[in-house]
Amino acid sequence: MMKFLKLESTEKIISTIISIIAGMLFGLVVMLLINPSMAFGGLSAILLSGVSQGMPGIGNVLFNSAPLILTGLAVAFAFKTGLFNIGVSGQLMIGAFVAVFIGVEWGFLGPIHWVVAILGGMLGGMLWALIPALLKAYRNVHEVVSTIMMNYIAMYVSKMLIEATIYDSVRQEAREVIPSGRVPQLFLDQIFSFEKLNSGILIAILAGALIYIILEKTTFGFQLKAVGYNRDAAKYAGVNDKRNIVYSLLISGAIAGLAGAVIYLVPGTGIKLETKYAISPYGFQGIAVALLGMSNPIGTVFSGLFLGYIESANQELQSWDFKREIIDIISASIIYFSAFTLYFQKYAKKYIAKWFDKKGGATNE
Amino acid sequence: MSKYLSKRNIWIAVAVLVYILVALWNNNSFYNLVRWTLYSTIPLAMVAMAGLYSERSGVVNIALEGIMLFGAFVGILTLNLLQHNNIDGQLVLIITVVIGGLAGLIFSLLHSYASITMKSNQVISGTALNMLSVGLAIFVGRALSSSGTEEIGFTDRYKLNIPMLKDIPVIGDILFTNVYLITLLGLLIFVVAAIIAYKTKYGLRLRACGENPHAADAAGINVYKIRYLSVSISGLLAGMGGVILIVPTSTSFKASIYGYGFLALAVLISGQWKPARVLVFSLLFGFLMNLSNGITLVQSAFDGLRANESLLQGLYNNLYLFFTHLPKDIISMTPFIVTLILLALTSKNSQGPKAAGEPYDQGKR
Repeated sequence: MMKFLKLESTEKIISTIISIIAGMLFGLVVMLLINPSMAFGGLSAILLSGVSQGMPGIGNVLFNSAPLILTGLAVAFAFKTGLFNIGVSGQLMIGAFVAVFIGVEWGFLGPIHWVVAILGGMLGGMLWALIPALLKAYRNVHEVVSTIMMNYIAMYVSKMLIEATIYDSVRQEAREVIPSGRVPQLFLDQIFSFEKLNSGILIAILAGALIYIILEKTTFGFQLKAVGYNRDAAKYAGVNDKRNIVYSLLISGAIAGLAGAVIYLVPGTGIKLETKYAISPYGFQGIAVALLGMSNPIGTVFSGLFLGYIESANQELQSWDFKREIIDIISASIIYFSAFTLYFQKYAKKYIAKWFDKKGGATNE
Repeated sequence: MSKYLSKRNIWIAVAVLVYILVALWNNNSFYNLVRWTLYSTIPLAMVAMAGLYSERSGVVNIALEGIMLFGAFVGILTLNLLQHNNIDGQLVLIITVVIGGLAGLIFSLLHSYASITMKSNQVISGTALNMLSVGLAIFVGRALSSSGTEEIGFTDRYKLNIPMLKDIPVIGDILFTNVYLITLLGLLIFVVAAIIAYKTKYGLRLRACGENPHAADAAGINVYKIRYLSVSISGLLAGMGGVILIVPTSTSFKASIYGYGFLALAVLISGQWKPARVLVFSLLFGFLMNLSNGITLVQSAFDGLRANESLLQGLYNNLYLFFTHLPKDIISMTPFIVTLILLALTSKNSQGPKAAGEPYDQGKR
């Protein structure tokens, strides 16, 4: 028990739970202010709708979680290496365009069609991350500002590219991806009796595991983290800091592109690639997921599942007269409170240490 | 890069630019273009100044976009409620600006609390606030409006001519004819804020806290207090900037300030955290944001010029074709591309405040 309490990850999980509760409470206050009679119903919808509908409900949670986990991983990977990639949205939009383009046009590829489409999406995301990566490494341009600018440019570029190539002008969206280009469903839709569900969630979990291995078990990952922790020290130790910054953002962009592919390589019932003047919200949700998961790949998978779970209350909330933005408010305030976790941890440590002292146990091991 | 920046090319570019401007001079809509540019420039300069206050005191303020949006939201809501009372129009607008500023100040306290008292990561807290303010503006806006959309409308009846001053040639036409008083107020606030930051005792302390907080503390300055004060001023300026941007350029507020908060951040960084340069870059970006209006003007000017036979006929024809065939989306993305190029050229020897981004911990001294 004592050992369990002293584990750092336990502290982290406890402080995350505290920030989740605080965020929920803030959401409740907002709902109470707007519509007091419906507030508690709305909160219970957010808390319960993921499980109250049985298998289709869980299927919906998994469907919502896949893109969140992937965009979260994209942000988390860069964050682990000291870079704050706000440009996941832009990388995702470009990746999605390339993936959907291949999915619509390259039917001649046969059985490997969807694999090529996914790889194309990753390449697109990578390409979009290359510019801020080079600017950061060689011109010292702060990646936060450059990736924000790249988001706006991506918004216009992807709109123009869609309209020039795969546009369905009647519906004002991209044409439907042909069956061989879609991410396979692997019977998951039948298991959960949720027709939109595909193997995106498996891809997301696999990606999480892979990134965990890269970061924690390889020399490459160690070098990336070293540059993130202290660029000058890493340089002194013989790590090529510039190259690692570029690699880090490229991998982050590739994961963002993968997310774009998973979101849009779906049948017509799923989400279509639209042409409008808006930056994809997935990237910003990814920041929330990554921060809640403390930038740890495994933590990110779980926080993606959690936010996907809240997100699935979307439909149910309508009947309580609340719009989906309340979910955004709650996740934003969870992030805000999660920024306090270091402080909480410090106090928790002090408190636990005192508690051990009183018991007379050996504390300094 | 420098190959294209040879003296001869620069002179050709300047000559063409001067020629276009002279051609436009006779065009009455030239004044409209300049005025539109000012409507963008002044809020941009104010919000960049907001960033200057925060970052010079050592707190990175990526929440500018969110604070600006929150200020605009509360301000426009006030305007919506007050507009049909029998109060003088200019007074209503000034009340609106003040309330928007106060809303920004209160919202920025969340950032101060997280980044100064709780010593959390300033980028995380700022990102959370950006997400929170969009969510709140849409959610509350929808709950309050009768139509169920987040749009808050207001009637536009606040333009005025300033007597005496409007008779000054050129400047009178640009600055004092058919103008919004709050735009001029914004310019005044910018100048006053710049003087306070650079010519007063508080200004000196402010900058000391961002350069070397430990030394400032040793000299008897309360770093926490100065930082709280500076971030609050930052919130005040950004909130006012939001209102001053929305009122002249629109007739409704749809939970968006078009990325001006992020652009202001880019202006601040390109302007090397110095007021005069910030103003110059704001002017540049303000012009670029109105480029599509400008292009239309240039087109009509060329229409007039094409009739004349001249040595430069070929040049006109080529430029004419270029401007008329430029897609709108490409024009719209120009400000962001120019930002990236400028950042690439100016960031190499970036002279940002040394302690920006680091929470101040007195115990570390």
